[in-house]
Amino acid sequence: MLELVIFWITALIGLGSALGVIFARNTVHSALFLVLHLLAQAALYVLLEAHFIAAVQVVVYAGAIMVLFLFVIMMLSLERGEAAGDRVPGQRVWAFGLGLTFLTLLGFSLAQAPIRGQGEGLTPERIVALGGNTEALGRLLFTQYLFAFEVVSVLLLVAMVGAVVLAKRRL
Amino acid sequence: MVPTGSYLLLSAAFFTIGLLGVLVRRNAIVIFMSIEIMLNAANLAFIALSHQLGSLRGQVFVFFVLAVAAAEVAVGLAIMVAIFRQRGSVDVDEIHLLKG
Repeated sequence: MLELVIFWITALIGLGSALGVIFARNTVHSALFLVLHLLAQAALYVLLEAHFIAAVQVVVYAGAIMVLFLFVIMMLSLERGEAAGDRVPGQRVWAFGLGLTFLTLLGFSLAQAPIRGQGEGLTPERIVALGGNTEALGRLLFTQYLFAFEVVSVLLLVAMVGAVVLAKRRL
Repeated sequence: MVPTGSYLLLSAAFFTIGLLGVLVRRNAIVIFMSIEIMLNAANLAFIALSHQLGSLRGQVFVFFVLAVAAAEVAVGLAIMVAIFRQRGSVDVDEIHLLKG
């Protein structure tokens, strides 16, 4: 019961802040709404017993990535609002119509298709026996997914070099 | 116990809001933030299904998605800084150099 209440409160905060991101006039407000949205998502992850991912979500997403966003927004001084009116005729109407259609289709297909598939049967009790969510996840990450993990480190390095090259005024 | 279907529906709603942001807004940074909302919606679906099926693999995927999103943000914002330097704006309607 309590879980249900927390779920609905968090879901409403998440939906409201997501709408805030796309409708706020001021870009800084958008970014702050996005921080709220990411925190709401982290709360949902805790409800789903993904504790490590929830912590990473707060530290990496709501922390590091959003600081980067705010830094760029303030550096570029984007206080000037967007030009009014649609560039493509009826852009907003079409966007809302298509979005609503998309959501209806998604909801309909979710209602139609039962969730099938075989997991590993890792109940919360078994995860605790493995040393908790973080340890179980780390074990999986550093054995079966070790190669992907190493490749991601190279990806991050390349992204870092790319960002420096792109943002540098003159090489 | 919250049914997994509610999480998936919520994830679909988040994704749609992100999609609307990309379609409606013109400020490239807000479009970028909408893309982040969509990525997070996918993450929520991953974690909900991983919980439902009793598997940690969904969470491993979310971990990788987070890393890729961080890389994407770094490069994307650098591109935006470069564009702003050249044109003085990040309005996507004004960036049409490659338009045929």
